[in-house]
Amino acid sequence: MPIEDLEKAFQNKIDNEIKIEPRDWMPEAYRKTNTRQISQHAHSEVVGMLPESNWISRAPSLKRKAILIAKVQDEGGHGLYLYAAAETLGTGREQMIDDLNSGKAKYSSIFNYPTLTWADMGAVGWLVDGAAILNQVMLCRTSYGPYARAMVRICKEESFHQRQGFESLLVLSKGTDEQKAMCQDAINRWWWPSLMMFGPKDSESTNSDQSMKWKIKRKTNDELRQNFVDMIAEQIKLLGMKLPDPDLKWNEEKKHYDYGEINWEEFWSVVKGNGPCNRQRLDARNKAHNEGAWVREAAIAYAEKKKNKQTAA
Amino acid sequence: MDNSNVEMNQLLNYTLHLADTNLILAQRNGECCAYGPILEQDIAITNITLDLLGQARNFYQYAALITGNTATEDSLAYLRTEREYKNLLITEIPNIDWAQIVLRQFFYSVYQYEVFKHLQTGADTQLAAIAEKSIKETTYHVKWSSEWVIRLGDGTTESFEKINKALQNIWQYTGEFFIPADYEKNFIDYSTIKEKWISKIKIVLEEATLKVPENIFMQTGGKTGIHTEHMGFILSDMQYLQRTYPGAEW
Repeated sequence: MPIEDLEKAFQNKIDNEIKIEPRDWMPEAYRKTNTRQISQHAHSEVVGMLPESNWISRAPSLKRKAILIAKVQDEGGHGLYLYAAAETLGTGREQMIDDLNSGKAKYSSIFNYPTLTWADMGAVGWLVDGAAILNQVMLCRTSYGPYARAMVRICKEESFHQRQGFESLLVLSKGTDEQKAMCQDAINRWWWPSLMMFGPKDSESTNSDQSMKWKIKRKTNDELRQNFVDMIAEQIKLLGMKLPDPDLKWNEEKKHYDYGEINWEEFWSVVKGNGPCNRQRLDARNKAHNEGAWVREAAIAYAEKKKNKQTAA
Repeated sequence: MDNSNVEMNQLLNYTLHLADTNLILAQRNGECCAYGPILEQDIAITNITLDLLGQARNFYQYAALITGNTATEDSLAYLRTEREYKNLLITEIPNIDWAQIVLRQFFYSVYQYEVFKHLQTGADTQLAAIAEKSIKETTYHVKWSSEWVIRLGDGTTESFEKINKALQNIWQYTGEFFIPADYEKNFIDYSTIKEKWISKIKIVLEEATLKVPENIFMQTGGKTGIHTEHMGFILSDMQYLQRTYPGAEW
């Protein structure tokens, strides 16, 4: 079949909501975009474990400790499904991890911010997972089958995490003055970076048009960001806290909240590697990977020996 | 103290010993979370951490019930000091590398499995119930950790050297497993547990091409609150929020 016909058949499938599967023909750019996006998503899960595991040893109650450990473990599991989904497009996990460790591949910039107090565990769950969910709910209907199916599983766990994060902040918001201050401070620090998670404005986003046409994405960055603001602006009322944006205000005409201008200079600076923890996160991933090398080698050597013994017997 | 008070006190201390040992090992294993040698094993050790913590909570909740008044699982975990903690010493030594982490888990899980089997048929119904509930998890911990000990021992020269070094380092902390503190004597008889432990350890170490160390002096003290120098750091880290904001709810 000539390539034009293949491309036409491919787009036809997408227009008719038929999922693209690993063995199906797909344009190279579709393969590349999905590989990049799914592996970035996997990396984000794995790097995202770092700022949260930072508080495991210091969780203030045994119940909170158990919830936090389970959450970080879930993130690891999400990383696994996503690497598996990305591998169906032909790139091996080892390659993807090398790209992460060398700094070639990106991950969500939000994880380059530090978790400074216990309240950050709640704020990350509520705001960061909350922002991630809006994106992920959309991705449950993404056109690439393995990615969409991984997302369905992940979404269930993520919405649980978001509720847990909110609940943990709710306890702080009803606690001592110091706890209330800790809660507000965490919200102040995480609010703007959470808004940045949706990426550049639609007018500045380079990948958006094609991704929408291929139904890799189904909503634009700005649409998702608006959904997030509308959701959080309501939920924060239950906490009795404030979002750090003087321009935040309900717009009766648009039936949405208006919000202030994002500091895009900060956004691009963190993307380029200048966030408070970019270096630490990459160092931590590299250290774990390098220190684990002898363990992985031993596992392979042992499996080989065992196989040889079985063949000999 | 009359006899029933003495008995209650022993039950409390024994239950705390079980809880503390699990919690401190969960603290140490929890340090691996997000830092494992490969994602699958990161998840596995984190899962074991979660099991250990869950078991610890069951024991603390029971200990809180015995203590009465306003005691809770958290007051027992977060507001006792180094000398009050009764965990085994092996749980508090730092994570040197993956070899030490899996070997410690192996020594402890095999021991814990035998202890739980013993407690399942013991006189205290609550301890029996917790043991019954926990033993499935512990069975998996034994399987997972023994596979790793074998893999590292019979893997590469480097992995053999590392796990052999870990073996020489931590063997000294296994002796106290079987020396009963005064408060334990009503609940447990270590003579058969020790035999079963040694025989399982020998089988696995042999398959891992490792030798059971000989003539190593055995350290003791954990069960009666005489810990290593690491203990204070573990508690100051773990208890910091509860100590900084006394009485706050989390």
